Amino acid sequence: MKKDLVIIGGGPAGLAAGIAAKQAGIDDLLILERDGRLGGILNQCIHNGFGLHTFHEELTGPEYAGRYIEKAKELGIAYRLNTMVIDLGMDADGRTKLVTAMNREEGLFTIEAGAVILAMGCRERSRGALNIPGYRPAGIYSAGTAQCYVNMEGRMPGKEVVILGSGDIGLIMARRMTLEGAKVKLVAELMPYSGGLKRNIVQCLDDFGIPLKLSHTVVDIKGKKRVEAVTVAQVDEHLKPIPGTEEEIVCDTLLLSCGLIPENELSGALGVAMNPVTNGPLVNESLETDHAGVFACGNVLHVHDLVDYVSGEATEAGERAAAFLRGELSQTDKETLVKAGAGVRYTVPSRIAVDRMKATQVVRFRVGNVYRDAAVEVWFGDKRVNSRKKKVLAPGEMEQIILKKADLEAAGDLSEITISINEQA
Amino acid sequence: MEKREFVCIGCPLGCAISVDLDGEQIRAITGNTCPRGADYVTKEIRDPRRIVTSLVRVAQGELPVVSVKTAGDIPKGKIRECIRVLKKIEVQAPVQMGDVVAADICGTGVDVIATRSVEKE
Repeated sequence: MKKDLVIIGGGPAGLAAGIAAKQAGIDDLLILERDGRLGGILNQCIHNGFGLHTFHEELTGPEYAGRYIEKAKELGIAYRLNTMVIDLGMDADGRTKLVTAMNREEGLFTIEAGAVILAMGCRERSRGALNIPGYRPAGIYSAGTAQCYVNMEGRMPGKEVVILGSGDIGLIMARRMTLEGAKVKLVAELMPYSGGLKRNIVQCLDDFGIPLKLSHTVVDIKGKKRVEAVTVAQVDEHLKPIPGTEEEIVCDTLLLSCGLIPENELSGALGVAMNPVTNGPLVNESLETDHAGVFACGNVLHVHDLVDYVSGEATEAGERAAAFLRGELSQTDKETLVKAGAGVRYTVPSRIAVDRMKATQVVRFRVGNVYRDAAVEVWFGDKRVNSRKKKVLAPGEMEQIILKKADLEAAGDLSEITISINEQA
Repeated sequence: MEKREFVCIGCPLGCAISVDLDGEQIRAITGNTCPRGADYVTKEIRDPRRIVTSLVRVAQGELPVVSVKTAGDIPKGKIRECIRVLKKIEVQAPVQMGDVVAADICGTGVDVIATRSVEKE
């Protein structure tokens, strides 16, 4: 099988990328989705709050996904469900991408693709990755798994719940489990601040009187067949548990909401250069990886807080992939590096070819700590070109700056741009 | 005089706002950085409202449940009652996104609608 464009993943990123590519004139495209339905994780996010930026109204996850699914179907975009991509490679010609996938109807098959968009999303950090000591009884779930049981299958994973991690999924599940009749006894957060949105802390915890303990973690899980209790302890500034602060909490369920990891096994198979901070591919201004014609967008690139930003980024990737297929994305060696300076953990993109840039370029980034009254600075080489004061910056909120093509052109041969946080501003 | 504490949800700043209350009367609002904070706490005191999202059972559907929401916000104090009513409802597949599954929930004047479609099994 041959295709101009193959999109791996039919969640919010893959759908928006496919729609944009199709609208840019690419007809021969295919979306591959491993689940039995399009829409990805939005299907189980039945709470509201999606789409404020994209549609200027507040939608639930299934409604937000529904709008994109409807649009994709209206445009006649081809997709395969229950189809797992198991390998991604490059043909001997160095141009054709080989996408190997399988499903029940067609078995194993390989698609020769002119361009590929990586839109595989992310997965949750598991108990194994967290190294929590104790037995391995039933009753320990990632928050997203519990969300799937409750919201898709109508089953309750437990009655008395402790949640470790105050990311948005954990907060949302605290409310969800409470409304379904469970007792959520505590949300414990390792860091001295929550990784979730303020709105979720107020409307998911405060509204229901659920306590949130910052700088606390689970140090032991008790129970052999089923969780019987967890031990929670306070941590010091090095995030080490403080002896003597342990407290045992009786519960039958522990939910983990401790971070998301981009799902990049396929990117790795192709040998795409990765950013060790985001665990996502390194991309240029066109969201193209170091492999020409392979683009990335959404949570596989870096974990987003808002699906609206995923859709925006994926639209850009779809348009750029279309430009690549039309031969309009010129190859260039002249690239300016975009660096994460003091206080900034990473930037997307990490390099910009000025001649391929649009009039403006969004650079998204996250800070490494909570800052108050600090300035976001943009440096062209060793010259500070912009400084914008922000009342608050937090790791849980993705930030962005906009670069103008005219400014980069005026700066001449620029080798690097740095984005940094100045606390003394 | 009663004192109530709020965290403003207007922006990432999350101002801790204190309100001095004399019965129903708001005497003082402190801690907010901008007027939106004052508006937020005033509404939270006078008439706190929320959009409620939950599930309703589906008979003969591809999924056993369908996600639903209140089509508009309802008084915060009615959330639990609303959930209790929804737990008793079972709808027949197929369900279309936007279908009303419960009209005028708990006398709020607000309908509860399906937020996804569920086909017949």
